[in-house]
Amino acid sequence: MTASAPLLAVDRLRIEFPTRRGTLVAVHDVSFEIARGEVLGVVGESGAGKSITGAAIIGLIDPPGRIAGGEIRLEGRRIDALPPAEMRRVRGREIGAVFQDPLTSLNPLYTIGRQLVETIRTHLSTGEAEARARAIALLEEVGIPAASRRIDQYPHQFSGGMRQRVVLALALCAQPKLIVADEPTTALDVSIQAQIIQLLKRLCRDHGTAVMLVTHDMGVIAETADRVAVMYAGRIVEIGPAADLIHRPRHPYSIGLMGSIPSIGGSVERLVQIDGAMPRLDAVPSGCAFHPRCPRAIERCRRELPELRPAGATRAACWLAGSPVEQAA
Amino acid sequence: MIAFVLRRLAQTFAVLGVVALIAFALFNYTGDPIAFMVGQDATLEDRARLRQELGLDRPFYVQFARFVGNAVQGDFGVSLRQGRKVSVLLAERLPATLELSLAAAILALAVGIPAGVYTALRRHGVVAHALLAASLVGVSLPTFLIGILLILLFAVQLGWLPSFGRGDTVALGGWTTGLLTASGLKSLILPSITLALFQMTLIMRLVRAEMLEVLRTDYIRFARARGLTDRSIHFGHALKNTLVPVITITGLQLGSIIAFAIITETVFQWPGMGLLFIQAVNFADVPVMAAYLCFIAVVFVVINLAVDLLYYAVDPRLRIERGAAH
Repeated sequence: MTASAPLLAVDRLRIEFPTRRGTLVAVHDVSFEIARGEVLGVVGESGAGKSITGAAIIGLIDPPGRIAGGEIRLEGRRIDALPPAEMRRVRGREIGAVFQDPLTSLNPLYTIGRQLVETIRTHLSTGEAEARARAIALLEEVGIPAASRRIDQYPHQFSGGMRQRVVLALALCAQPKLIVADEPTTALDVSIQAQIIQLLKRLCRDHGTAVMLVTHDMGVIAETADRVAVMYAGRIVEIGPAADLIHRPRHPYSIGLMGSIPSIGGSVERLVQIDGAMPRLDAVPSGCAFHPRCPRAIERCRRELPELRPAGATRAACWLAGSPVEQAA
Repeated sequence: MIAFVLRRLAQTFAVLGVVALIAFALFNYTGDPIAFMVGQDATLEDRARLRQELGLDRPFYVQFARFVGNAVQGDFGVSLRQGRKVSVLLAERLPATLELSLAAAILALAVGIPAGVYTALRRHGVVAHALLAASLVGVSLPTFLIGILLILLFAVQLGWLPSFGRGDTVALGGWTTGLLTASGLKSLILPSITLALFQMTLIMRLVRAEMLEVLRTDYIRFARARGLTDRSIHFGHALKNTLVPVITITGLQLGSIIAFAIITETVFQWPGMGLLFIQAVNFADVPVMAAYLCFIAVVFVVINLAVDLLYYAVDPRLRIERGAAH
């Protein structure tokens, strides 16, 4: 990390959901940073708190969920407690977002051109014609053929992959510095997924845009991310450079996740499966939340919660991670 | 598109034929019109002669065929009670009913849509809760009771507004309008509120439910994530998406407004077609009743057709699919 402030700094973020049966904590003390132009992959099972962390960064947590503690800073400026009108100007202009399902992300009743022009003109002081020219250029950049004709078409006239390209154009159209991409390829055909990931990588490299890439697809992470954060039960359990985390994971949960990636060309062995399921938010075990499923758990894991600490090239929240563990599978 | 309209027109005629048959069949059992037309002391021969003159002694299907044949030419026969042509009677009453119905429909939309949007956007606010509670009254109170309560308050207690009739009217060609005179406008207020109240609350609740539904969709979330203004999200993106179901219900409700104007017209002695119909029922005036029912059927099918066409204006997905089908 350079001496200047990181692009995004999340510090001890805590997100709670008040319910009738008490407060559920969806995200505990999550801290991480994203540098300019960096791709941070955030992985974990469903319900680990990945998506809600992304939602917190763009200021769109669905009520009754709320940020109960910690800070989110963009270029050193706190954005987690901005008034709604100011946060609105951050969204789209400084932090873009891409969601899971391109089929439902576009308003069916407006042409894609109208949606692009409206977004551009909301954030940049341009005239109608200039915004439209910019929209056409963006559509060409994301690989929409015959962009000057297709700009006047409606979303239902585009295929799923093409719609996700339009969504990327919409997310990028005001030149944000960071994009929060929440499972951007999950809803797409496998053959289209790779194209969209390549496109996302290229666009962000060309524009110098940083990405927080939320996914449960380890293949996407391996291909795209510079650094990876692994989340489990609302906490980051391991974070570090992608190559190290994928090849030499330290936390037993990361080891299990990496072991579940099928490798082509490697010797055919059984894929590792992590037994059991992630605990529900209202029944998180004491100590390390992973201990009931952990093959290496010791007595201390049941009582004390481990903090993130250096373990090899990454940082892991595991009592055993200080000593190197051989990779499973 | 043209094929679609033609198909709908064919359906329209089928529906109208069935309505005409049902209406005509029903009215054969509403009583003997001859008994109302002649005096107590009429002889049996007099009655038989009148029955023959009016064609009422012919078989049912002959009467019906003659009725349909004439109706197609705009001739609904002669009112058994007033001895005047039914088409003229209806034409005289039509402006009063249409003005009342349109005023009520505009009122219902002008209040119902903004109130629905408001209660959806400020759904935890005090005003929104108050509006919702008030709308329950509008949905559950019967129309005649609302009318009577309004008369009691504004006509009897306060004396601000007339309690019955249409006020002074001005004839514009064949159309008599109450919209150009002060007394005509004042007379319109209470009946149109009475007629509009139910529709207003219905539209409000419908718009609210649809709006809440749309606000939860991914494209609204994505619009927020792009930093669009609340005004654009709520009134551009969300409201337009709520309009398709709202158009359907509103269209159907416009038909009901015209049809159910009967009750309001009776309460306020409004000289429209509904009042004419009620009077016709009392005297078993079959031609008038049949013509009225056919008219209402025409109103419903025409509005349905218009609603279907409006979909195309609002929803581009339909335009394309239809376009591709040709």
